Amino acid sequence: MTTTIPTPLALIAELTHRCPLHCVYCSNPLELQSRGLELSTEVWSRVLREAAEAGAMQVDFTGGEPLARPDLVELVRAARSAGLYVNMITSGLPLDERRLADLVNAGLDHLQLSFQGLQEDAASEIAGTRALEQKLQVVRWARAHRVALTLNFVIHRQNLDRLEEMIAFGEESGAGRLEFAHVQYYGWAFANRERLLPTRDQVERSILLLQQAEARLRGKVRVEYVAPDYYAKYPKACMGGWGHKLMLITPTGDVLPCHAAQVIPGLRFDNVKNKPLREIWDSSEAFQKFRGEDWMQEPCRSCDRRTQDFGGCRCQAFLLAGDPAVTDPVCTLTPRHLIVEEIIAAANAASPEVPAAKPDWLYRPNPA
Amino acid sequence: MNPEKHARPRLAPGCRLSEPNRAPRMLQMPERALRLNGPSLEIVERCDGRHTVQQIISELQKIYSKAEPERVEKDILGYLALLQEQQALEFTVEDAAEQK
Repeated sequence: MTTTIPTPLALIAELTHRCPLHCVYCSNPLELQSRGLELSTEVWSRVLREAAEAGAMQVDFTGGEPLARPDLVELVRAARSAGLYVNMITSGLPLDERRLADLVNAGLDHLQLSFQGLQEDAASEIAGTRALEQKLQVVRWARAHRVALTLNFVIHRQNLDRLEEMIAFGEESGAGRLEFAHVQYYGWAFANRERLLPTRDQVERSILLLQQAEARLRGKVRVEYVAPDYYAKYPKACMGGWGHKLMLITPTGDVLPCHAAQVIPGLRFDNVKNKPLREIWDSSEAFQKFRGEDWMQEPCRSCDRRTQDFGGCRCQAFLLAGDPAVTDPVCTLTPRHLIVEEIIAAANAASPEVPAAKPDWLYRPNPA
Repeated sequence: MNPEKHARPRLAPGCRLSEPNRAPRMLQMPERALRLNGPSLEIVERCDGRHTVQQIISELQKIYSKAEPERVEKDILGYLALLQEQQALEFTVEDAAEQK
């Protein structure tokens, strides 16, 4: 069976790994790249054109912190002139009103601002620095400059009991969209999982609250949430399928099928400095490896759900079961689900306030 | 709920048409997009803060003159309500004195 090559919908551009925050659940890899190795403005501009030519509709400028790039305004302009919808995912640091106006004038379509919570001390413990005041300022500037705003609350064991407060704040903030994302366990979050993984009660209560908020605010504020997949019955359709909709480019130009793909041993990535993006998307070994269904094993191979969830997440299969080609252990249809059940049992044995065995956070550093 | 006919819809911040040289045309919004075909594209192109809802209806009734005018009106109002639910539109209403 041959696998047809789909059209990419969006490009996730990790412009830099530098970031003023040190979040304990950062999705960046444990091995961060330094400034000296980052792609130049010229290469990014070419890559943005190539992404649009390959069919992509949107670019997500992210990092690290994309604002750490002094050429961000120029890159926004390049993306817009390539015909892309320009989304920026940011901590809001370092930003001032003038620079926000410059970004909007250059064509920024949508700003996605992350929140660690609304309690200064608790949020600072997660971010490893104080950032809340500045974020509140960015919300006011975004409203003044009429830029579409999403507030992204990252939720986990330590802040789930304050979910109502986040919903109420988001509702009055002027943001058009609220995203509540349960931490996903990759990168730094995998290292800090014991202190982040919620209890079943917390999860069930949060889903109920978010469903109610979604219904109550419909037509006024969009409420969307990412469910915690360790507690799910079936795995998430990770990235909408491997090499199916999305691609990610690292600060140094490696093209990845997802944020975490570098954890999979032996997977080789092509770099935009050496090949056109379209060629990489179509034929690079990393994209072809788990594209389509040929790689699937049982129970996925004969499962009706394989066209919906694509076997779940390859990186999670490797992180939890040691093999990227098996069914995501989150799936209750695989015997490997026992791995997840054990993790969940441990998370529910301890009370939410008291972290289990691990006393200290592993903070993400800011690379040079 | 149907929008007022004298209101002037325009696309909300973060919502815009994809570039004309890219097919298919889409209404792009934060984290989602709507594919536009003939009539829906005609409607969205007129959500520019200048056309009133009534003007959009009249212009499309001319373009789609073979269709029943009532049907065209109903479809347009329905589509605008859908865009409104998607938070893709803002409506401005001038007061009566200004219109004269």
